[in-house]
Amino acid sequence: MRYTPHTDADRRAMMATIGITDVAELFADVPAEYRFPKLELPAPLTEMEVARELEALADENTHVGQVACFLGAGAYNHFVPAVVDTVISRGEFYTAYTPYQPEISQGTLQAMFEYQSMIAALTGMDAANASHYDGATAVAEAVIMALHSHRTPRKKVLLSPVLHPQYRAVVRTYTQGMGLRIVGDEQPDTDFHALAALCDEETAVVVVQNPDFLGQLHSPAEMRDLAEAVHARGALLAVSVDPISLGLFTPPGAYGADIVTAEGQALGNSLSFGGPYLGIFAFRNELVRRSSGRLVGETVDANGACGYVLTLSTREQHIRRGKATSNICTNQGLNALAAAVYLAVMGKHGLRKVAELCWHKAHYAADRIAQIPGYEVVAPKPFFKEFVVRCPRPVAEINRFLLDEYGIIGGYDLSHDYPHLGQAMLLCVTEMNTVEEIDDLVHALAEVTESDLIPLEVLF
Amino acid sequence: MEPFIYDLSRPGRRGVDMPDPDVPLTPLPAEYLRDDLPLPEIGEPEVVRHYVRLSQRNYAVDKGFYPLGSCTMKYNPKINERMARLPGFALLHPLQDPATVQGAMQLMYELQQMLAEIAGFAAVSLQPAAGAHGELSGVLIMRAAQVARGQGHRHKILVPDSAHGTNPASTTMSGLTVIEIPSGADGNVDLEALKAQLDDQVVGLMITNPSTLGLFEQHIVEICRVVHEAGGFVYGDGANLNAIMGITRPGDLGIDVLHFNLHKTFSTPHGGGGPGSGPVGVSAELADFLPGPIVAQNAEGEYVWTMPARSIGRVKAFHGNFGMFVRAYTYIRMHGAEGLRRVSEDAVLNANYIQALLKQRGDYPIPHGDRFCMHELVAQGRIAGAEGVHTLDIAKRLIDYGFHPPTIYFPLIVPEALMIEPTETETKETLDAFVDALTAIAQEARTNPELLHTAPHTAPVRRLDEVRAARQPILARVPVGGR
Repeated sequence: MRYTPHTDADRRAMMATIGITDVAELFADVPAEYRFPKLELPAPLTEMEVARELEALADENTHVGQVACFLGAGAYNHFVPAVVDTVISRGEFYTAYTPYQPEISQGTLQAMFEYQSMIAALTGMDAANASHYDGATAVAEAVIMALHSHRTPRKKVLLSPVLHPQYRAVVRTYTQGMGLRIVGDEQPDTDFHALAALCDEETAVVVVQNPDFLGQLHSPAEMRDLAEAVHARGALLAVSVDPISLGLFTPPGAYGADIVTAEGQALGNSLSFGGPYLGIFAFRNELVRRSSGRLVGETVDANGACGYVLTLSTREQHIRRGKATSNICTNQGLNALAAAVYLAVMGKHGLRKVAELCWHKAHYAADRIAQIPGYEVVAPKPFFKEFVVRCPRPVAEINRFLLDEYGIIGGYDLSHDYPHLGQAMLLCVTEMNTVEEIDDLVHALAEVTESDLIPLEVLF
Repeated sequence: MEPFIYDLSRPGRRGVDMPDPDVPLTPLPAEYLRDDLPLPEIGEPEVVRHYVRLSQRNYAVDKGFYPLGSCTMKYNPKINERMARLPGFALLHPLQDPATVQGAMQLMYELQQMLAEIAGFAAVSLQPAAGAHGELSGVLIMRAAQVARGQGHRHKILVPDSAHGTNPASTTMSGLTVIEIPSGADGNVDLEALKAQLDDQVVGLMITNPSTLGLFEQHIVEICRVVHEAGGFVYGDGANLNAIMGITRPGDLGIDVLHFNLHKTFSTPHGGGGPGSGPVGVSAELADFLPGPIVAQNAEGEYVWTMPARSIGRVKAFHGNFGMFVRAYTYIRMHGAEGLRRVSEDAVLNANYIQALLKQRGDYPIPHGDRFCMHELVAQGRIAGAEGVHTLDIAKRLIDYGFHPPTIYFPLIVPEALMIEPTETETKETLDAFVDALTAIAQEARTNPELLHTAPHTAPVRRLDEVRAARQPILARVPVGGR
């Protein structure tokens, strides 16, 4: 076997040293009746063969490199400069583990410190950790951190109804044993003002998303009002953001957020069918000792030279065990590295340009779609790169037509999560969408209203 | 040293040129805009050199032996990386119409099936992103199943004192109470102490088998039986699955729920801290409680998303760390049943070879050296004649010999622990050289302990001041005007 290098001679010599004649002797502690089961697995393949099999599976899929994609809803098709993959493909980075031995891990440690620094800069917060699993679990960890931050226990958590539905679900899964009251999202039209009114002395944290799940931007003034109302009740404000939007818009640190979380996939990570992604997690200095996750800190070595270490580990499971701030151990380090390289190479001007391209293209698309009879763009506030379109037919039917007739991946069907919007889709436009793709989409949407669609039940 | 990223920045430099808009412009809303975006300004060549130089300040499996106990730092096959980057996998949106992603869903379905077969379970959810995430899922599954049995008052999770810290931490996150169970002198769970805690308050037991002492639990069948008799479930921490593929199946032994670590056992790279992947396998009784959605196959043979009937809910957005699934699938397909058994046999052979050599040479006590170990062994950095030298010094000196140190000071129940996990991908020459280094270090400890106290001598930096880092934490440096 190519990955198990021993020759028969090696094995014999090693067994002689151990004092056995058969490797099976090493497994004498395994109950005999359960020892050496026959596993029903497909026969092994060589590299050539396995590549063919995997390529065939990959070829069965339609990917966003082949067709225009207007689907977002928490995972985004953004440009990834070649530099990113060059760096994260280096074995020195991707075949290392958590930097427990700092003297031989300064590469990972410094890269993570720089990641934390750039995330702090982007979000306007004091510090960031070295990542959570994704945008959803980052929100759940924010809720738990907020619970820990109160001297007297608070058991109420307020979630905005326009926080990503999957993020709200993950918060509920994580905290199901904690005896919390998680409210605020029962009515889909509860706005931030109404949410603030629900905040009381029992409330540990209020979680909102900006731009929200429906793409709407909440102004710094609106966010500042929310933060003041939340803080007046002694609660914390956690804001989930789109990191690309922060290339243009006021960061949460400037309007009073205590914790900022984000899905960081958009920063240099491929769509990869939903993972591995990156949970961004930033906070104010006052919360640092309540923070979950790995933190890299700057220090000096025995010669006084600058260096980096994992720090404040007394918060963590391997030291504090049952009293740790979280159970997280393995995180999304390589995805954080990708985000760091992305931010470094995009830089001050590139990220702003990406955000501007999203803005202009999304607004061009919305303007054109709004002119198609039967369609309505539902965007009472400014939006960034996503917006709601109310459609004349069920979204699933429209999306099937877009894909079959135009090779377009349409928007996210909102009818399950937000039925009050009716037949509505959430469209996403990024810098990857050309004007031709947008015009195609507009033509296709117009054509849908005129064509006799085959009813959906026949298609499925 | 390598400059801090912002110190490479000069106003006006660009790393990427983005195209101009190809659509009419829409005015930006002035009151929403940020004043400044304090990111660096660096050209592409300097960015690349910065990160290449940083990479050279890392140790990694691709550079050498990395016997970090409990972490299974095996070689990561390069074909895995190429497969995960195929556009038909890497460029899929997770919310695409299932009809357009049948190949990806088939891969997930077959991986679910293969993992279930390897560990002896009825069903698997791939959603958890890491081992600890799988643990949290597993504890929530046991809790939910107790509630479904009308046993919602149960609140105790029994955890042996040799367990990973994630076990008690996951228990606490689930709102349950941790009860620690001592280990016996033979390295097994103290069966009598366990029985004394088995009452009608027990949700379940979390057990790592092979244990963190590197030993196969000799009473595992009995342990599962008594826990089940008390109405509890048994959770298996799959961190050490690399020792037992094709050797035994946790599900057959009586384990009800177990997490896999695709980044340990199934060769997906550790990424400098992650991403991992922590699928959860369960017995038939617990299948309805799995986190989801998971992939099922309908009567027409199509792959569909399905939410288990009484699911604990979703533990993550979307479907899990799919890129890791591609790598693990590739790995399992290349090995087959015989290959996986060979992996575990050689992992265990290598650990026992190191143990035998260390015993012969006698420098490092091995508390359970009278038993065969599994895929790892726990020695102690207590060198006779060098009492002032500690495990930390030995670990740091190993760096000078070109090795990554073992896991140190864990498990907590072994003083001065050196937890050595060689994995199956190492040659006999490497194992010999590693033991020779430990022997030479023991000699140095006796004759020149200062050499160890001041080690490492060849690393990019000397020992770092961790107390200072924690006392006055500096977690970020952002240019003035950044906030």
